Amino acid sequence: MATRIGVEVSIALADAVKLTNPDVIAAYPITPQTHIVEHLAELVAEGELDAEYVPVESEHSAMSACLGSAAAGARTFTATSSQGLALMNEVVYVAAPMRLPIVMAVANRALSAPLSIWADHSDLMSVRDTGWIQIVVENGQQAVDNMICAFRIAEDQRVLLPVMVHLDGFNLTHVVEPIIMPEQELVNKFLPKNRFPLPLNPDRPVAMGDFAPPFIFTETKWAQEVNIRDSGKVILQAWDEFDKTFGRKYLPVEKYHSDGAKVLLMTMGSSGETASVAIDELRAEGMDVGQIRLRLWRPFPFGELREAAKDADVLIIMDRAISYGGPGGPVASEVKAALYNQDKKPKIVSYVISLGGRDTTVSGFKDIVKKGIEIAARGSRNEYEIYGVRE
Amino acid sequence: MEKYAIYVPRLVNQAEKFAPGHRACIGCGEALAIRQSFKALDTNVIVVNATGCAEIFASQLPLTSWELPWIHTLFENTAAVASGVEAAYKAMRRKGVNLPENTKVVAIGGDGGTSDIGLQALSGALERGHDFTYICFDNEAYMNTGVQRSSSTPFGAWTTTSPTGKKSIGQFSWKKNMPEIAAAHNIPYVATATHGYPFDLMAKVAKAVATKGPAYVHVLSACPTGWRSATDTINRQVRLAVQTGMFPLFEVENGVYKMSLDIPQLRPVVDYIKTQGRFRHLSEDSIAQIQKRVELEYGKLMEKAKHGSEKTTQRKSRAGSRKISAG
Repeated sequence: MATRIGVEVSIALADAVKLTNPDVIAAYPITPQTHIVEHLAELVAEGELDAEYVPVESEHSAMSACLGSAAAGARTFTATSSQGLALMNEVVYVAAPMRLPIVMAVANRALSAPLSIWADHSDLMSVRDTGWIQIVVENGQQAVDNMICAFRIAEDQRVLLPVMVHLDGFNLTHVVEPIIMPEQELVNKFLPKNRFPLPLNPDRPVAMGDFAPPFIFTETKWAQEVNIRDSGKVILQAWDEFDKTFGRKYLPVEKYHSDGAKVLLMTMGSSGETASVAIDELRAEGMDVGQIRLRLWRPFPFGELREAAKDADVLIIMDRAISYGGPGGPVASEVKAALYNQDKKPKIVSYVISLGGRDTTVSGFKDIVKKGIEIAARGSRNEYEIYGVRE
Repeated sequence: MEKYAIYVPRLVNQAEKFAPGHRACIGCGEALAIRQSFKALDTNVIVVNATGCAEIFASQLPLTSWELPWIHTLFENTAAVASGVEAAYKAMRRKGVNLPENTKVVAIGGDGGTSDIGLQALSGALERGHDFTYICFDNEAYMNTGVQRSSSTPFGAWTTTSPTGKKSIGQFSWKKNMPEIAAAHNIPYVATATHGYPFDLMAKVAKAVATKGPAYVHVLSACPTGWRSATDTINRQVRLAVQTGMFPLFEVENGVYKMSLDIPQLRPVVDYIKTQGRFRHLSEDSIAQIQKRVELEYGKLMEKAKHGSEKTTQRKSRAGSRKISAG
């Protein structure tokens, strides 16, 4: 029987990776991802995990080694954060069109300058269009569970795409949470062996990564787009199957008192739980507010989002990154785009919060909801609001 | 000679691993050197290719010249990709996955992808000791993008980004010594070779691939397009590079240096330089400067090889590759 134990999320995540029996882990250390890869290195060193741990000399090489490993047919994992993700950016783009089912955990952290090791989503947004399936978790249990789901989704023959699991640096990676570790037998049942269809193998030579002149390039890109869009239903199936096996359910858009609520607060990542407490308190005060949490960032769950927002008059969206000189919060901007052509749509208020590790507290979220309702009523000259900034 | 013409081709593997029909320029030394390299191998091979001429001219969707499993991803990460393939095979084999016996990983790249942008990834992969071979096909500039200088371009050579002019001699720096950089990683095997000495090249590639651990082979490959030279004399050109001491052929086996070729007297560098338009602007003074530098570097190498042969004699270790005579 699975029991709930107190464990640091990074350690639990690494233990979850171990449960998937990966063949190759190639990683380079960066705060706050370090505890994940340290623990994996330890598991390999102790012989508890039979895998090759490749201690590469940069994140660029980490993802490059992952490409080679996945192309050879091995189950492949890496983890990074912030500058590391930025350095490997070029390589991150290559994995999806080459259909390489790599799984990467990203400990979300601000991008320099100024240097900050603390959480926000500027690194996450820098890889938005890389073609990876991207899941954003909000607590340790979700990180653990989705690590196992990630491999199942990535390696599904209908998908064959890389999957990123985002978890906020420190706020999640370095906290001790009560976590139920999935049982090995059930993981083995849930996660079939990796059967990459065309691995690099001298018995059956394949050429991978040819260059594409204009007459065929568009077709390759459209195939990639169709591929990731179609992955949506496989992701739902995987989460459904996970629920049946382990009793915990994930959805692309998760709802909290949102059905019928006139005011909705939307979050992505670890701030979601704090915001939920604020929702509880506001509802206790008699306000008609609910919350929606975006769990699946790519493929973007258009249908689920529209359904979740259909009855709301006001939708207040939290972002932990800025699109400089642009529309502000990237999540808000996507949600606006998703709802713009709907006949009935809520007024949208975009808030940028919690940059570079600054906390937004329960009272902060309550404040944001109240101010957001006012802004929705009277309008604002700002493209977006930034919360708690000292001017 | 006629007998040789009949006999020599029989020494070479008839199977083509790098098929004809690709889009290389006329007289491409790299295409020839690649063909020779992979003919030398009778083991299972996976090829990891850096972005560059060879990748572009031999792999346009939906075609390929490669009869071997082949992967290209990016420019500067080839050694890292190769290390991932190697690690994958190691782990999967250990876990009982049925894989072809004795599968070796060979990474190939140009001089830019090796000595400039890919140097870090290469250094990392060599240092970590992956069981793979890296072959640099050095045509001494970024030929794929239109003859821009690299750190492997020789001093004084014209390129589009080291143009000659009233205030420029052309390439302003001395060719980066990649084989020595590779050797400084204390890997078991480093060698230089060129398509002008095909049997030497094939023997070295075969030896590199058979080596357990990282091996590095640096292959001078003539590029008539970028060197502004004749397309029908590429083998003569690279042989002159060897015979003048500009590109010495040697091996470093477990730290022991061995010259591959007996050259009682180096030919003057001008013999090599005059074969190529990229050097046509050089004055006698500049050529004398190059001559001096080549003699200095060649002397240092000979010194290392002398110590090497002393060590070899002392240890009575197994014979190295047979010496070949200057052609």
